[in-house]
Amino acid sequence: MTVQLMYLVAALCFILALKGLSSPKYARYGNFIGAFGMLVAVVTAYLHGAVHNGLWILVAVALGVVVGIPAARSVKMTAIPQMVALFNGVGGAAAALVALAEFFAVRDPGFLYLLATVLTVLIGSVSFSGSVVTFLKLQELMTTRPVLLPAGQQLAIAAGVSSVALCALTIATPNGFLLWLLAAVGLALGVLFVLPVGGADVPIAISLLNAFTGLAVAASGYVLANTLLIVAGTLVGASGTILTRLMAQAMGRSLANILFGAFKATTVVAHGEEQRTVKSGTVEDVAILLGYANNVVVVPGYGLAVAQAQHAVRELVAQLERRGVTVSYGIHPVAGRMPGHMNVLLAEADVPYEQLKELDDVNPGITSVDVAVVVGANDVVNPGARDEPSSPIYGMPIFDVDRAKSVVFMKRSMRPGFAGVDNELLYNPKTTLLFGDAKDSLTKLLAAVKQL
Amino acid sequence: MIDLLTIFVLAVFVGFEVVSKVSTILHTPLMSGANAIHGVILVGAILITGSAESTLELVLGLLAVFLATVNVVGGFVVTDRMLEMFRK
Repeated sequence: MTVQLMYLVAALCFILALKGLSSPKYARYGNFIGAFGMLVAVVTAYLHGAVHNGLWILVAVALGVVVGIPAARSVKMTAIPQMVALFNGVGGAAAALVALAEFFAVRDPGFLYLLATVLTVLIGSVSFSGSVVTFLKLQELMTTRPVLLPAGQQLAIAAGVSSVALCALTIATPNGFLLWLLAAVGLALGVLFVLPVGGADVPIAISLLNAFTGLAVAASGYVLANTLLIVAGTLVGASGTILTRLMAQAMGRSLANILFGAFKATTVVAHGEEQRTVKSGTVEDVAILLGYANNVVVVPGYGLAVAQAQHAVRELVAQLERRGVTVSYGIHPVAGRMPGHMNVLLAEADVPYEQLKELDDVNPGITSVDVAVVVGANDVVNPGARDEPSSPIYGMPIFDVDRAKSVVFMKRSMRPGFAGVDNELLYNPKTTLLFGDAKDSLTKLLAAVKQL
Repeated sequence: MIDLLTIFVLAVFVGFEVVSKVSTILHTPLMSGANAIHGVILVGAILITGSAESTLELVLGLLAVFLATVNVVGGFVVTDRMLEMFRK
């Protein structure tokens, strides 16, 4: 009775933790409440359930703390996505291991129990290996391009079919060997599923794997008949599902297309029009443009973070504001390597979150914007996504900066963006290109604006 | 078993309700916070290890305890670091 009550307290804490995230002001308290709930749950489980092996459990927990805390403390904000992927993966693995261990402990399992067991093992394994591959991609320990194995699709289908068959077989004739085999096939499936996902689509893979781990934990709640695991796992499943859907919408593509349709049109786009003229400007030109504007929108992309230029952009914006210019940031949902990543990167540079605007806040008033500054972004301002049905990124919502009075496009080179698609905006007569490293250019701009 | 199903269905609705109200700015902390929450599998791992009778169960259970602990503490600490920056 008391145990169930404590689990209820923990479940409520988790819900409050998620609820806290509706406002940036109180979100941190929400997280404390969530951590408190977790402490209650874990202590309860230990006092009530650790009949044997109590010391061993404490040792394993201590080891986990020793590994987990320094990793979480030292990770850079640009590397958050891979860290989240890794934590997600170990959670999935833990769920699969719990279901495996429980399977060997139970004598006479029923149908629903077996169903929950095979689902936990399968989803947990997929989530683990998928997250590890995501981590390797984001950490650039392997290529970020889609990896297309020969017959990769057939292999994935084969793995999918055999995992379903193994699930059915394990339920029909409960057998430890079959369950191990299922775990192995699940691991292969996770790898095959994430390999073809390209760098720009990784945020989707992360969201989806997050939902998977949530579901695996919920399913393990069935196995153990533990309500807390069901509630908490389901909450995570819901959050992962919602984020996955939002990301797919922000890319204007269906989930199936993102996961299975690695950009095929990349080669078609490069036709022989490379000699078109672009207008490039000097730092001084751009400084004058910005310094005498009334209304400026900055559209940052991941390139900004790669150049470590978040602080430089914030200083430039502060200087412009001192001159009476109204400045806001246009943050695309897929800017960065996971949902909402750019917001975190700018918050780290002390940009007030009130200045961070979404597509729907920026686009309606874009025609009254004097200068749109694009820094380290490309595809999210590509008008082709709006106007050219033949473009591989057609349908992706963009910032309509080509409708602003003028555009400053800060670029390292003429190389196309992540999607490998040419950007018409570069050739627009309203566009001034400022070539160079983003941080370098922004610092020079700041000095030039101060001189005005 | 139907009790557990009831809880699952209700949790689905609560989850969608709460999460759809999360501020877009906080989607990364949402994901890492949710990540920390699924670390609750630690509870399952402790229960399973606490009643383990064979060496195999013990080894599997302890590995799960270790991994789940990494998941829990890492998740909450990373989330806290991010949210601290949003306090302004």
